[in-house]
Amino acid sequence: MATALLVKNLRSAFAGPFELNLGTGACAAITGPSGSGKSLFLRMIADLDPSEGKVWLNERERGSMPAPQWRRQATYVSAESGWWADRVIEHFDVNRRSEVAALAARLGLRADLLDAPVAQLSTGEKQRFSLVRALLPSPPVLLLDEPTGPLDEESVARVEALLRERKATGTSILLVTHDPNQAERLGDQRYRMVAGHLQTP
Amino acid sequence: MNPILLSPFDISIAASLIILDAALSILLKLRLHRQIAIAAARMVVQLVAIGYVLRFIFTLNNPAATLLLILVMVLVAAREVAARPERRFKDYSNLVIGFVSVGFATFVTSILALTTAIRPQPWFDPHYAIPLAGIILGNVLNSASLSLDSFLGSVRRERQAIEARLSLGDSYREAIAPLVREAIRRGLLPIINQMSAAGIVTLPGIMTGQILAGLDPLEAVKYQILLMFLLSGGSGLSALAASYLAAWRLTDDRQRLRLDRLQ
Repeated sequence: MATALLVKNLRSAFAGPFELNLGTGACAAITGPSGSGKSLFLRMIADLDPSEGKVWLNERERGSMPAPQWRRQATYVSAESGWWADRVIEHFDVNRRSEVAALAARLGLRADLLDAPVAQLSTGEKQRFSLVRALLPSPPVLLLDEPTGPLDEESVARVEALLRERKATGTSILLVTHDPNQAERLGDQRYRMVAGHLQTP
Repeated sequence: MNPILLSPFDISIAASLIILDAALSILLKLRLHRQIAIAAARMVVQLVAIGYVLRFIFTLNNPAATLLLILVMVLVAAREVAARPERRFKDYSNLVIGFVSVGFATFVTSILALTTAIRPQPWFDPHYAIPLAGIILGNVLNSASLSLDSFLGSVRRERQAIEARLSLGDSYREAIAPLVREAIRRGLLPIINQMSAAGIVTLPGIMTGQILAGLDPLEAVKYQILLMFLLSGGSGLSALAASYLAAWRLTDDRQRLRLDRLQ
């Protein structure tokens, strides 16, 4: 399997150094206690937090491109979704409404929610819409921070089905989860984060 | 009409009102009499001191001395701007942002007014330059600190939203734009209120002062109008500078949101 995401000696004052080799269409699942540095690791890869060391995507080093371009390819979805406009639909490209609606429907989100104020959505609905937002441009790498944390069983199954489909079409996924069963279901590689270091179980 | 000059005796009659305050405090157990006495004494000492400083600078009539005094005033204003917001930078950025935004706005508007509208000979005559810079400083300080407070407060509140946009590939400038806009708005509101209320709710200080000094009301009004325009321009400039400088200080070469630079 070809390498998509390559991480070498990635470190900050709070976590690392990390090494990772994630193949195209593969999923690495990371479990571990709260505060062990799982989110930090994803944020460092997305270049949201300062870090030292190197990260490549398909043999292109991230420092060789502007940060926004890098983040469009290695897209981080935080555990707590962020919203900057009043209505859900305003967070999407208006020209892609039908695609948004189709993806939302696959995750069990009602069509009328698209025009609803964000403030009226439940945590789980917001979480799924933030996933739709990240999936829409089809980035080659997804950095998912507990994407199914606040979801019920049925929604979890829908999210996992969609992620499996994306994997099959070549999307690589780095998944942080608290659910060891989910790590087993989705993860081709499995890691455990302990005190800022990645361990293989 | 010449201004009516006050004698120390005239002032001491008014000072008896302070004693009234103090008596009230003792009578009603407000426990403010100490503070009233100290504040009144401070006020008298500070004003008399600045009176002597101004007289000294006026007789010097030296542009370098004038500039130095104005720079000191800007520095004091910058300290106020830096101290007011609840959130602060860990380093000296608050002070630098305050100094640059307040100084920039004050210099631009003062020099504009001195060289085009008031036109004293020479244009940097301290009789005009110092009081004008002082009035502008007071207002500009207010808008810069409001803008800075608004920006630093909202940036922490909106962290999730900003980072969500960054994660999706928006530039830092795009992600932060609504907060910068709101911060500039906050800085401009006081001067808008001041202009709307001028003459109806309030008789602005400069105008009142000039009328008391014997100037014709319409001439005093003209000065006040000029001043309001200067103040609104100065407020805009300082709000803009404070907001953009704070936004710039919170990011780095990789367009991250660097909240770790805040306390």
